[in-house]
Amino acid sequence: MPEIKVTPLGAGQDVGRSCILVSIAGKNVMLDCGMHMGYNDDRRFPDFSYITQNGRLTDFLDCVIISHFHLDHCGALPYFSEMVGYDGPIYMTHPTKAICPILLEDYRKITVDKKGETNFFTSQMIKDCMKKVVAVHLHQTVQVDEELEIKAYYAGHVLGAAMFQIKVGCESVVYTGDYNMTPDRHLGAAWIDKCRPDLLISESTYATTIRDSKRCRERDFLKKVHETVERGGKVLIPVFALGRAQELCILLETFWERMNLKAPIYFSTGLTEKANHYYKLFITWTNQKIRKTFVQRNMFEFKHIKAFDRAFADNPGPMVVFATPGMLHAGQSLQIFRKWAGNEKNMVIMPGYCVQGTVGHKILSGQRKLEMEGRQILEVKMQVEYMSFSAHADAKGIMQLIRQAEPRSVLLVHGEAKKMEFLKQKIEQEF
Amino acid sequence: MAAHLKKRVYEEFTKVVQQQHEDLSTKKLRLTKPSKSAALHVDLCKATSPADALQYLLQFARKPVEVESVEGVVRILLEHYYKENDASVRLKIASLLGLLSKTAGFSPDCIMDDAINTLQNEKSHQVLAQLLDTLLVIGTKLPENPSVRMRLVEVACKHLTDSSHGVRNKCLQLIGCLGPVEKGVAKEAESQAAKDVQKIIGDHFNDQDPRVRTAAIKAMLQLHERGLKLQQAIYNQACKLLADDYEQVRSAAVQLIWVLSQLYPESIVPIPSSNEEIRLVDDAFGKICHMVSDGSWVVRVQAAKLLGSMQQVSSHFLEQTLDKKLMSDLRRKRTAHERAKELYSSGEFSSGRKWGDDAPKEEIDTGAVNLIESGACGAFVHGLEDEMYEVRIAAVEALCMLAQSSPSFAEKCLDFLVDMFNDEIEEVRLQSIHTMRKISNNITLREDQLDTVLAVLEDSSRDIREALHELLCCTNVSTKEGIHLALVELLKNLTKYPTDRESIWKCLKFLGSRHPTLVLPLVPELLSTHPFFDTPEPDMDDPAYIAVLVLIFNAAKSCPTMPALFSDHTFRHYAYLRDSLSHLVPPLRLPGRKLVSSAVSPSITPHEDPSQQFLHQSLERVYNFQHLDPQGIQELLEFTIRDLQRLGELQSELAGMADFTATYLQCQLLLIKALQEKLWNVAAPLYLKQNALASAAAKQILEETYKMEFMYSGVESRQVVIIHHMRLQAKALQLIVTARTTRGVEPLFGMCEKFLQEVDSFQRCFISELPHMQGSFVDKLLDLMPRLVTSKPSEVVKILQTTLRQSTFLHLPLPEQLHRATANIIEPTGESDNPLRFTSGLVVALDVDATLEHVQDPQGTVKVQVLYPDGQAQLIHPKPADFRNPGPGRHRLITQVYLSHTAWTEPCQIEVRLLLAYSSNRSKASTRSPKSTWSESLEGLPPSENGIEGTIPFSKPVKVYIMPKPARR
Repeated sequence: MPEIKVTPLGAGQDVGRSCILVSIAGKNVMLDCGMHMGYNDDRRFPDFSYITQNGRLTDFLDCVIISHFHLDHCGALPYFSEMVGYDGPIYMTHPTKAICPILLEDYRKITVDKKGETNFFTSQMIKDCMKKVVAVHLHQTVQVDEELEIKAYYAGHVLGAAMFQIKVGCESVVYTGDYNMTPDRHLGAAWIDKCRPDLLISESTYATTIRDSKRCRERDFLKKVHETVERGGKVLIPVFALGRAQELCILLETFWERMNLKAPIYFSTGLTEKANHYYKLFITWTNQKIRKTFVQRNMFEFKHIKAFDRAFADNPGPMVVFATPGMLHAGQSLQIFRKWAGNEKNMVIMPGYCVQGTVGHKILSGQRKLEMEGRQILEVKMQVEYMSFSAHADAKGIMQLIRQAEPRSVLLVHGEAKKMEFLKQKIEQEF
Repeated sequence: MAAHLKKRVYEEFTKVVQQQHEDLSTKKLRLTKPSKSAALHVDLCKATSPADALQYLLQFARKPVEVESVEGVVRILLEHYYKENDASVRLKIASLLGLLSKTAGFSPDCIMDDAINTLQNEKSHQVLAQLLDTLLVIGTKLPENPSVRMRLVEVACKHLTDSSHGVRNKCLQLIGCLGPVEKGVAKEAESQAAKDVQKIIGDHFNDQDPRVRTAAIKAMLQLHERGLKLQQAIYNQACKLLADDYEQVRSAAVQLIWVLSQLYPESIVPIPSSNEEIRLVDDAFGKICHMVSDGSWVVRVQAAKLLGSMQQVSSHFLEQTLDKKLMSDLRRKRTAHERAKELYSSGEFSSGRKWGDDAPKEEIDTGAVNLIESGACGAFVHGLEDEMYEVRIAAVEALCMLAQSSPSFAEKCLDFLVDMFNDEIEEVRLQSIHTMRKISNNITLREDQLDTVLAVLEDSSRDIREALHELLCCTNVSTKEGIHLALVELLKNLTKYPTDRESIWKCLKFLGSRHPTLVLPLVPELLSTHPFFDTPEPDMDDPAYIAVLVLIFNAAKSCPTMPALFSDHTFRHYAYLRDSLSHLVPPLRLPGRKLVSSAVSPSITPHEDPSQQFLHQSLERVYNFQHLDPQGIQELLEFTIRDLQRLGELQSELAGMADFTATYLQCQLLLIKALQEKLWNVAAPLYLKQNALASAAAKQILEETYKMEFMYSGVESRQVVIIHHMRLQAKALQLIVTARTTRGVEPLFGMCEKFLQEVDSFQRCFISELPHMQGSFVDKLLDLMPRLVTSKPSEVVKILQTTLRQSTFLHLPLPEQLHRATANIIEPTGESDNPLRFTSGLVVALDVDATLEHVQDPQGTVKVQVLYPDGQAQLIHPKPADFRNPGPGRHRLITQVYLSHTAWTEPCQIEVRLLLAYSSNRSKASTRSPKSTWSESLEGLPPSENGIEGTIPFSKPVKVYIMPKPARR
């Protein structure tokens, strides 16, 4: 009987700071090394003392695997490798390796430069950390040592996201990271072969949700944007820099192309430009349509989408603007929002979830009068729309993956305990 | 050393070949037989190493072997086979045996025993597999010999236990192809093994090698194709194979399950883990649905395709394929489709502006949720959302087929199809629009659905827009708001893409005639009439206004109360449009107006049709007054031609017929004029003028005959004879004219020879038609043929001259249907005054858009010609993909023509026109009626390369203003 020991250091029954320790046939592997967005103290990073109490990290761990570049999966990496001290190999896919340092640097800037924290990792540490990274290709079997081998599978979700199979002798574990079973405008669906692992560690963010077809949402989104633009209104789409932003860009770009529309689309500059560059480079990681047509034209070389300048916001006539951050709590998106809020022809579309207390949350819950700093009252006349574009597998997707991989047992992580309970019942019932 | 050897090989071989050639030239085939096999024998004996022998065999395999020598060669090969130790050489010999047994006319039963014998002692697995392949070839060559087949199957059964997958593969293939299909034969079989082929194959469903499993399923399918009724017992086995690890096995298993579901749709199978039972076809449907979410896209495509052809499935199952229970945090959520429907039925039309619009409603009982259902749940939802567009297309096609057979399903799948209109890949969008059109009889679009459909009208792809117009032509709209919406969107489309004019008008025509009652309440608004005030008269040339009128007039046809709402100018516009766009505006019964002609009342059948009668009468008149004096005939012909041309203009359905006859009469007229006696007896100085006239006439007749032969669709062999006859006469005329103008006999010899050859080939081609041609030119000519062949050119010419003048004029029988090929260039319009400027030496692309009617094989025949002002002409061959086929007899050419020229000082016009290329080898008569003598005689001829013999302009030329500027230094 093989013994596989799994110790979640984070994201066992919640979302954030994913970090799972797996001991399989004498080998210790750490899966992901994320941070928690909700905390600003020690709790934001996984508790590595669990390992260090018995010795050095490098001696204990055989390798670290990062599934994708979201900070809740890789945010603690420099802290872990440079501050706690780990010199072993870190495995991630090529796009992750390319984009991960950009996000880490951004994260560092916000924490250190804006919030003024001191005991934090430095730019140099990020660079040193990235030197320890070994990049892997999809379906490439990497021999970590004589016994331990790992293999990456496509996971959808974001560019470069991967599921990893960890194999020692005849025992194997599959760690899914975050994945998506329905293809979207820029990425394909997760896929795995019938590898029959002993254990499948799956995320379960949407354990109790079955989603509607993506097409309806896309159509609604496009229709709303189109109608507003035809009326001569301006559309503001607050987004986070990476992931959904690219999907929405592709969606609007192709729609503009198809419908022969002329209104300008702008994208607020900064982080995104760098990231877009990597999207252009890693075409093989995108979906069928982009892969097949990039010979004629790389879809990420946007024809209609241009860089945004502060001055453009006052231009007359219709336009569409993507601006960061996504919850309208600060920065450029909030500035533009304040300029445009007074006109009922304009529209703001929130493509994702908004945390309580942000402007985004307030307007979504129907508030029409906002109190801004300096006692100003801002009256919101513009239309407010909500669209959910999410890239996690829903309950059906999770079941589908389980059916594809045919594991002996399943471990659910990265979700809420109550929801997992339901999915657990279902899995037991079906298989 | 090797090089040396090789050289020797070549030397030997060239020698042999030379010898063969000598034999061939003198004594033909018989002598080659021993030489061929003997040569091989010598070669093989000489071979010192296996590699050498292999070389010889490879060389040998490149040359075909005559039927007579096959057996000898086979003997020699077998002999060597026994001696040979090297497996690769044996393998090659075995494959050669198979190749040789395929030779047409050779009966391979004589070598079968030997082949079976070799099997016994063979050790190499590869050679064994190859030998079995050879046996398969032999078996398929002997379809009428069941005992032989039986024996082969037994042999194959013996080798099924072989350890190599290749051998087992081949054995199964052989059993599948040759196994007994009829019950009776199977009973006679001596061996127990061969009795139940199905069982034998079925046993290999669980083989350890996936390739063998696949082969077993394929063999089973092969048996089914050959007519054996598969047993239901294998259904369970096949179901297990659906969970196989290998995609090829799963793919084959899906097919097998489908076959079984078609064979035993009504039998009852139990559902495992419960006591219920369902029909087999439903069970299979559920299983195949399951495969739509398979890991391999090949299997997904296959599964999605097969779903379409399972029409016997019960509707309850069918509707589940579109069902996907949504939930959010374990609470039931309505799909966007349901919300849209509710909003619509509740009368609200604004889509949800609130965040909580899709908020989850009631709690779901956790036990009731099935995440991976054993049933068909959501198969199409998944298929339509698939990552690969191949799967999506297959799913759309399947939806189409199922919806055609089930109206209720059609209604349900509508939302999903409409969603597909926004797919990222154009092919998928187009396919779903076409699908929707096909099922549009079963459905009525709701307003919100119509809204989504109409949104696609702004698509920049012309194909999509036109497909959508076609779809709107046959959709049912439920409300007057829907009609209004459609009209508004179409007008928007018209302003954005003015080139869609024709298509949009046509679309509105059908929209109007299908929904007269819905249009009625809209009329005042559409015509912007006011009860008290006169409104300004709209511009008659405005395409948008015409579009509105087309809609209204077509609705008015079946709605007699509507004309009462028209204002005065509307009636005037009606009269104008009825004349100018008669294909779009129907005849209306307008009160108090005699303007409307009841042109063709339906009671008149085509035969009583006065215009048809007129056509026949005028033709009869021409044929009857043959004995009129030459002047009278000429005049009669001229009048008749004029009449016919006018008739063609008036009656579009008779246009082809009238033009065709007019052309023929025109030829006749030209011939008569050219042959006028007084012209031929003039003094020498006037020869020149008269010759020019005659040769011009001859040339024109030739051109016209080509037009008659190649420009009309529906021409039968009866007409082709007459046309060819006319051409022959023209050629004779040419010969006579040349004879009179050229000095010296030399060139004449050649011409006479050629002419006589043509007469000869005419006779051969139309031998069966000759009896109908009494008194004609060719008839007389053939009588005189012996004399002509021996006489001098000058005499020949003299004879021709008299025969030509004496011969009677042949009646042209009319076919049932005759259509003239026409082309209309829509774009460029030729109206632009702005020259197209480009730098000389570079190219500019000119968009050409044309409609073609009644053109057969336009890909091969239609060319674009560009004429530059300096007389330079270019012929452009459009790509086959540039032709679209929107309907029977109609084609659409949308292509780009590249123009280039040296610099000009001033802008100038070029002409663009369409040409119909022809070549007499690709004659219509030969392609249309393969049984006619005409085509038989052609069979002997070598197939000509696609050469163009000549071209016929068949569209009006369009002028395009261009200006090549000198390049700036």
